Amino acid sequence: MTEPEITRFIYREARLLDEKRWDAWYELFTEDGHYWVPLTRSQPDAEMHTSLAYEDKLLLRLRIERLRRRPPSQHPESWSQHVLQAPDIEAADDESWLTHTAFHYAEARGDAMQMLTGVVLHHLVRQDGALRIRLKRVDLLNCDAALPSIQLFL
Amino acid sequence: MNRYRDDPAALRALVRDDAVHRALYIDPEIFQLEMERLWARTWIYVGHTSQVPTPGDYITCDIASVPVLMIRQSDATISVLRNRCAHKGAKIVSDWSGNTGRFIRCPYHNWSYRTDGSIAAIPLRQGYDGTDFAQCEAARGLRPVATETYRGFVFARLSEDGPDFKAYFGESLSSIDYMVHRSPEGEIEIAGGVLRYMHDSNWKMFVENLNDTMHPMAAHESSAGTAKELWSGQPDHAPKPMAIEQLVPFAGSYEFFDKMGVRVFANGHSYSGVHFSIHSSYAAVPDYEAAMRRAYGEARAKDILGTVRHNTVYYPSLTIKGAIQTIRVVRPIAVDKTLLESWSFRLKGAPDIFFKRNVTYTRLINSPMSVVGHDDQQCYRLIQEGLAAGGNEWVSLHRDYRPEERGARDLTVNGTSEISMRNQFRAWVSFMGAT
Repeated sequence: MTEPEITRFIYREARLLDEKRWDAWYELFTEDGHYWVPLTRSQPDAEMHTSLAYEDKLLLRLRIERLRRRPPSQHPESWSQHVLQAPDIEAADDESWLTHTAFHYAEARGDAMQMLTGVVLHHLVRQDGALRIRLKRVDLLNCDAALPSIQLFL
Repeated sequence: MNRYRDDPAALRALVRDDAVHRALYIDPEIFQLEMERLWARTWIYVGHTSQVPTPGDYITCDIASVPVLMIRQSDATISVLRNRCAHKGAKIVSDWSGNTGRFIRCPYHNWSYRTDGSIAAIPLRQGYDGTDFAQCEAARGLRPVATETYRGFVFARLSEDGPDFKAYFGESLSSIDYMVHRSPEGEIEIAGGVLRYMHDSNWKMFVENLNDTMHPMAAHESSAGTAKELWSGQPDHAPKPMAIEQLVPFAGSYEFFDKMGVRVFANGHSYSGVHFSIHSSYAAVPDYEAAMRRAYGEARAKDILGTVRHNTVYYPSLTIKGAIQTIRVVRPIAVDKTLLESWSFRLKGAPDIFFKRNVTYTRLINSPMSVVGHDDQQCYRLIQEGLAAGGNEWVSLHRDYRPEERGARDLTVNGTSEISMRNQFRAWVSFMGAT
């Protein structure tokens, strides 16, 4: 995989979320893939420490299906916009890549909009010739702040 | 803004036996009076002793809109001090936690205080010679407030007058006993960080919701119902992921929640899940259960493990889930703004699976990213918006109301009764000085 291919993959991943193409987004993850939003800076672990979110494919599927049902908190519906800086490839070998991407994230709902920012770390692997996400870790700048509801995917 | 302060009858008229006036949730004067009369005169949860193991260790928080500092003394006792310099009033410690060393020093003029709050040094102290300083409030330093520690849970009462700790909580303290006794060593400690979730709604909506057993099947159908569907079709012997084990019971039937039972105590405290709860069906851990029998004996171990209370409300500030060792702390900020903190406890001497369960539950249910919490918060927000409008001045609390429940100090009834809310408002009336 070339650097432009990695970059294109990361941009597309964010765009799928903003366009609510959740099934296509879900398929980007490996079967053992995780989406993780740590609660503290440099949090070493997600099982013995509380996180804002730590989801395997079962929980991602749950979140997607719930959003489709238009639950109480999705009236009015939420919309997101990711704005990404160009990803840096931190480490790579023939089959896996670790990337660091600074982002701004806006989530709008009715008249309200909240802004978040931080860095997303992708651990990407090649499976059957295609890139897949083994871990998407989102390090929010204000992870330890008192936060309001964050309803969509960072 | 002073409609109720000097008019107890007007305040009293806001609470009926089976309904409360919408002003309780939207009027800033009522919020101010609640802080002064209810939150300052009752025992408010501050923190846990395991957060401050060594002398000088502290945590900070606001109780009843007053910044306080919970600090370990050199004799191992715990003090709660007003976190406000006696000189110019600056909040003196700004970090959430840390260690002060031997002295607490104000960054503005270097006034320094001992860890018990008394003044240790003031630069150029002779400047106060010949003044009334020694007789004034400032000379008393960072004044400690009344503090009580129960099995490591530290509570403070800001007002000098108010109920005795044991008399205030009474038999409701048994929920803390059961939580602590789930450790084979009889000790628990805070671990794994704190989730801080900001709600744009009045604090009472959250406190009422804790034992509102008529909402899960409605508000949480989208999350628990989806979990149930995703798992349907799995063979009975398939090992259940923790998330499924924890989320599916929220989709329990009305009958399930009704039979669970609710128990209320004097002063607004209550718990649901008297007979069983959504935490009853977690997978057994045989080695741990054997350790519990060794530690407590067969009968008591069976009692401890069979007690799976749903939520216990220590009115008005603390709610605990002993069966899963998590607590939620209520920090009111304004009439329509409330901070909720979720803390996790580790059972000393128990295998890691219990802490993993706790961390999973806290994240799934109490995080600002929780699919369960989003719908609760949305419902509180809708109430906050709806009650701003007149038309119907009253919030109904009629479900299963019986006149004979008034004055009861310890009463167990069916789980879907709204008795826990009526019981909270009886305490509210009494502390607000409206009786």
